Amino acid sequence: MQQLVAYTVIGLTTGAIYALASSGLVVTYVTSGVFNIAHGAIGMIAAFCYWQVRFEWGWPAPAALIAILGVLCPVLGLAIDRVALRGLAQATEVTRLTATVALMAAFIGVAAWVWPPENRQPFRGFFEGNNVSVVGVNVGWNKIIALIAAVAVALGLRVLLYGTRLGIQMRAVVDNRNLAELNGARPARIASASWALGASLAGLAGVLLAAEVQLNIVPLTLLVINAYAAAIFGRLKSLPLTFLGAMALGLSEAYLLWGQGQSWFPETIGGFSTSGLRQATPTIFLFILLMLLPQAKLRAGAARVRERSVIPQWNTAILGVVVLIIGSVAVTGMLTRSNTIYMIQALIMALAVVSLVPLTGYAGLVSLAPLTFAGIGAVLMSKMPGDGNVLSLIAVVLIVASIGALVALPALRLEGIYLALATGAFALLVSILVFNQGKIFANGVAEVPPLRIPGVHLSQPRPKAIFLSITFAVVGLGLVALRRSALGRRFVAMKDSPLAGATLGMNLVRTKAMAFAISAAIASLAGALDAGKVAPDNYAFDRSLPILLLAIVGGIGSIGGAFFGGMLLGLNTVLASIVPSISNITRVTPGLIGLSMGRNPNGTSHQIATAFRPVTRHPLSLVIALSGAGTLWLLVVLDVVSHWGFFAALVVWGLGIVPNLPMLTIISGRPRTLCLSIAAVGMGVASFFDDVFDAAPTGGRLLAVIILFVVVGNAIRRVHTPAEPTSTSSPDLVGLTAFTAQELSKSDRAIKVVL
Amino acid sequence: MTALLEVRSVAVRFGGVMALSGVDLDVQEATITGLIGPNGAGKTTLFNVICGIRQPTSGVIMLDDIEINRIATQKRSALGIGRTFQRLELFTTLSVFDNVLVAAELAGVNDPRAVAHEQLLLLGLADRADIIAGELPTGSARLLEVARALASHPRLLLLDEPASGLDDAETQQLSVLLRQLKSLGITVLLVEHDMSLIMSVCDQIHVLNLGSVIASGTPDQIQHNPEVIDAYLGAVR
Repeated sequence: MQQLVAYTVIGLTTGAIYALASSGLVVTYVTSGVFNIAHGAIGMIAAFCYWQVRFEWGWPAPAALIAILGVLCPVLGLAIDRVALRGLAQATEVTRLTATVALMAAFIGVAAWVWPPENRQPFRGFFEGNNVSVVGVNVGWNKIIALIAAVAVALGLRVLLYGTRLGIQMRAVVDNRNLAELNGARPARIASASWALGASLAGLAGVLLAAEVQLNIVPLTLLVINAYAAAIFGRLKSLPLTFLGAMALGLSEAYLLWGQGQSWFPETIGGFSTSGLRQATPTIFLFILLMLLPQAKLRAGAARVRERSVIPQWNTAILGVVVLIIGSVAVTGMLTRSNTIYMIQALIMALAVVSLVPLTGYAGLVSLAPLTFAGIGAVLMSKMPGDGNVLSLIAVVLIVASIGALVALPALRLEGIYLALATGAFALLVSILVFNQGKIFANGVAEVPPLRIPGVHLSQPRPKAIFLSITFAVVGLGLVALRRSALGRRFVAMKDSPLAGATLGMNLVRTKAMAFAISAAIASLAGALDAGKVAPDNYAFDRSLPILLLAIVGGIGSIGGAFFGGMLLGLNTVLASIVPSISNITRVTPGLIGLSMGRNPNGTSHQIATAFRPVTRHPLSLVIALSGAGTLWLLVVLDVVSHWGFFAALVVWGLGIVPNLPMLTIISGRPRTLCLSIAAVGMGVASFFDDVFDAAPTGGRLLAVIILFVVVGNAIRRVHTPAEPTSTSSPDLVGLTAFTAQELSKSDRAIKVVL
Repeated sequence: MTALLEVRSVAVRFGGVMALSGVDLDVQEATITGLIGPNGAGKTTLFNVICGIRQPTSGVIMLDDIEINRIATQKRSALGIGRTFQRLELFTTLSVFDNVLVAAELAGVNDPRAVAHEQLLLLGLADRADIIAGELPTGSARLLEVARALASHPRLLLLDEPASGLDDAETQQLSVLLRQLKSLGITVLLVEHDMSLIMSVCDQIHVLNLGSVIASGTPDQIQHNPEVIDAYLGAVR
């Protein structure tokens, strides 16, 4: 009995921490409409900073608390609102959600960079060592303070929301943003204030939690899941219910912990160890709550045209496939064995990224679990009889596709953030409860057999890299076919207007399940074809985040974008392993690139594609482009230029010069001579790269390649920029070319013009 | 003449507000029926109830004498109900042609491409087939919504303010089209604020005010109904 009381106290104090975190989440969500996935990460950063000033610099606790919770966190919250999110006000919910995923990834990277695990001192709670006796149970001060803080915050929020001008404005904005604005409230300012408040609450929760779980990046960051579970209990609206949910969650965790110490508690269920259950409690709690949510109502969605969906053309796709396959044959011929292995990793990443194209790009559904499906694919492949038989692979893909559809089914009743977080919860559940089983990964490793194809040795890096390129090409062509098919159109239609889709006879549940199945099938290839020893860590939840980010950055609607994103992610890992000095930077890059999305919601590949489009339409340029690359290849075969020279020259040629080729045929006289000279010098420097940058380290060479490419490309463009053709899509818009019809009707609506 | 659509004492409550309170009306087959009334009268809510987006708090919707209350939204299209939206719900990132094509494919027609092309020709949008739908000006976007609804070959077409945002020539084109649809045997239920359009094309008009039908009759009867003039038309004159 005494023991049960002790666990109840533990449960209530843990619940208090969750309550603090989730109240911050609810406050920001309701006032700004952005669901902050980085909420836990803010708490994590706050905990690390608190530790830094309190224990490393030796500040007294009150001063440290004021500095962190009163200054740093609000500033961080404001900065997030102003810098990262304001530019996305008109973007879709998917894009905004991804921006906070980018933040989370960036924060994780920063923490791992600034506070490497080896120099972490213990994090001591408030008045550690002194305990108080509560109903006969010894309780640490940290827990008492957590409880007091939760009660104080609950009362404080009540007073703020109902008793102050700011709070009343906040509630007004929640009720009706436009109306509140007309009555003098400033929604933007109120959102900023709520971000500052939310960040402080996250920080408080982070500091209190760190005293319980120490400075561990992942558990602190995943506080967002606990907070989210509690917030869902309050339907992301009601603060009292949110507090209640947090307490229920804290208590269930504590009782489970108590139960696990009892003899009657089963150690295994169906052969699976139950040791991960407690860790998984918030996720299970969340899943159950999500299942109990009512079916999402069909809402009239305000259409937005900021993101484009371009139909892939067969001729471009086939050209891309040919270039990819020939390129991989050529490149793998000159790479060292270890570099080929890096390339294989990049191709695997590209496959994982491309799995999001049908799901997120076409159907508009966000998944935080692409690598979970890859992991299931890898596990199944390692367990499947047939030792790498092609039939086994087909079976694996089919099984994972059906798991994808099955997992999706309960989640399909949800939409937007609810759906995205349900996939995140699924990823965590699989990580904790399945991948961590000794049965699945014996001693933490599983051996995925290489695929057996007669006459091909896929255990060797080079054939494997080429085979993966071909696989990517086949998947890519399949996706082109999908996007051009009735099903693909249906996916996009569902993304644009589920309401109109349903009234035209679309079965939304089936369509969503199809999208999930196709995506899971592609992701399973990324796992099943990654032969060798794999660890559960490869498929952890936080590894999936960069995949989603790079997919969005590359251009989620396009296959080329996915390839680009995957390669970028691969290159990032390569950089980290060959130039260890910059490995900290590479940890932060996916997050930072993700945040750049605000400027370019269509993705980088869209920009690049726009640059290359004239070339593909201009036969002469195309011939010159390809023969230039061919000549380079020949030079490297003849040992005239080194491999680095080839790489540099290819980058300068492909990205710097080729896009300008059609233009070079138009202009004449001096500008042309100048352009050609710049191009020739650039190519010369690049080809004899190794002689120019003699003995430079790899990082220096890469930097030089980037500088060279930027200089040559921009110099040519500067010399002659063709006038942009102006076009009007409709005569109605003459004189108003700066606005699309959508923008006009939107502003009409905003100022309540009734036509 | 039989009623294709019968609405029987339909009520919809939003929290404490009765959006519709006991609405009764019939829509005869192969006619154009107008549904008019001031903003907030419940016209769009009634459309949402008919196509299943919203469940009525009470009351019955009958199509061909069969109750359809429990039939899911996506299955009502197969029964022959098509609609447009007052606040445009186009597939904004698909091309104009693909918007109509998706509808034809969902309806399972033979040769959906031909059907889509035919509807675009009918609405005068064929020369804009390749434009991204989100870039259309409002007038054309409204016509595209009609084309898309027609592509699933509905028997009952619900048009929610199709003429708002249309210029005079386009409105004229729309009224010709409406008569054409009627001659093809398609039943149209039309919500519109353009009274000259309503009065010139409708066979029958129902007037909705504050969630109730306050008058039903021919255009002539409606124009001379004092209650209607008081509640709605008076404001126009």
